[in-house]
Amino acid sequence: MDSVFGVCYNGGVILAADQSNARSILVYQENLDKIAELTSHSAMGVAGPNCDLVNFTEYVAKNIRLYELSNDGTKLSVHAQANFARGELAYALRRGPYQVNILLGGYDTNEADKSKEGASLYHLDYMGTLHKVPFGAQGYASYFTLSIMDREYKENLNEAEAITIVEHCIAEIQTRFMLKQPNYIIKAVDKDGVRVIKYGSDPSDN
Amino acid sequence: MDFAFGPEPCMAIGHDILDIGSRKAQAKRQRGALGDAMSPAPLELGMPGQFDLPNVEDPARYCRTNFASVCGTGDEHQAVKFAKGTTTLAFKFNDGIIISVDSRSTMGNYISSGTVQKIIKINPFLLGTMAGGAADCSFWERNLGMECRLYELRNGRRITVAAASKLLANVMSSYRGYGLSMGTMVTGWDETGPQLYYVDDDGTRLKGRYFSVGSGSMYAYGVLDTGYKPDLTVDEAIELGTRAIYHATHRDAASGGINNLYHMTKDGWKFIHAVDVNDLHYKYAEEKKNAMAT
Repeated sequence: MDSVFGVCYNGGVILAADQSNARSILVYQENLDKIAELTSHSAMGVAGPNCDLVNFTEYVAKNIRLYELSNDGTKLSVHAQANFARGELAYALRRGPYQVNILLGGYDTNEADKSKEGASLYHLDYMGTLHKVPFGAQGYASYFTLSIMDREYKENLNEAEAITIVEHCIAEIQTRFMLKQPNYIIKAVDKDGVRVIKYGSDPSDN
Repeated sequence: MDFAFGPEPCMAIGHDILDIGSRKAQAKRQRGALGDAMSPAPLELGMPGQFDLPNVEDPARYCRTNFASVCGTGDEHQAVKFAKGTTTLAFKFNDGIIISVDSRSTMGNYISSGTVQKIIKINPFLLGTMAGGAADCSFWERNLGMECRLYELRNGRRITVAAASKLLANVMSSYRGYGLSMGTMVTGWDETGPQLYYVDDDGTRLKGRYFSVGSGSMYAYGVLDTGYKPDLTVDEAIELGTRAIYHATHRDAASGGINNLYHMTKDGWKFIHAVDVNDLHYKYAEEKKNAMAT
């Protein structure tokens, strides 16, 4: 029942996710942070059970860090991170899969080749499909919001415009979707790294 | 010079620390070379020290059809019905944590016990609550108690609540789909202050201000959500914890018996009371009558 969206803009990418955790008919928590930071300049928004969310994001983040440590600090590009995550999802698929659908956003810095610098967004599903997208949504949210993104997205958005699109998506979910998703967390990834734009309820307040 | 002392002399000490979670480490663990306590061991069915599994072709399917939890995956005409039906709750407030539970154990329509201890003392600073399958809860929380004690002996200091709850969540996620039934709150006081975690059989682990678990949890949440604030006094908090359990036992047929209540302070847990909810019923009825008379 989780909702995750992402929109690329000129110089960064916006990720947003709802903050609820429910089991059967009970809401247990409404201040979760489902956008896990993988490195200083990449994050993934995850739709799926809490168990898989935590296990998969921790596993991927630590292995990316391990790669850096064992290769003289060579950083993985966002493309490489997405392909690593895809590979792990495909590996797990026939042995009790991670039930996670992911939007992975990140920003590559490249001093040597400025043409390789910039933000990107990848759409992954639990079966190991990987797609580079300018915008995307996961879960039931995609039924409500892809049309809004199709309508409003254009190239070279600025950050404020991208946030506006995401906020339109959240507003639509909150009017038309049957389930309650009162709180959303919105994060941006740009040249300065991952930062929280806003949240409905503070994830550290517990 | 020859360093033929111990395995793999070319590797630096501690190289395997960085491998935890990697596929290399997994392969190594399967060969039995790396047996560290940090990462959850992979399941090796039927091995000593591992939880026993039924000796059938597909243990996961066998467990699902025979032991699957009724509320989780629906009643699949299972042969064994779990002893369950519970109300448990715990909440943090400015003076610590209140942990309050009922004591009824049911097997379908039958009340199999009215005096169950659903709060497990893991150590003087850690408590766990039991909801779901009685056997699964007590087995895995006793197991957690052992792990926490081993941690203490190895490291010379008490385990944090975050780490203890993660140990339990790791066990739950490695047995996911095998039909375990457990909903627990792990509470304690460590160097970071009072801590409360919710851990359940599908590996979910949440940190929060207050939780309630069990068939009567919705009724308990009703009272808790209405009466909770962080600046309760200790007496008010005890009263809230008692009332929430009382109202849950009143409406939920599968909850009842005795209300056990503990208070977690910086000096460890303190037992507060064990009151028959029947006595509470007449006490609260009397209070209501008196309030209406004036």
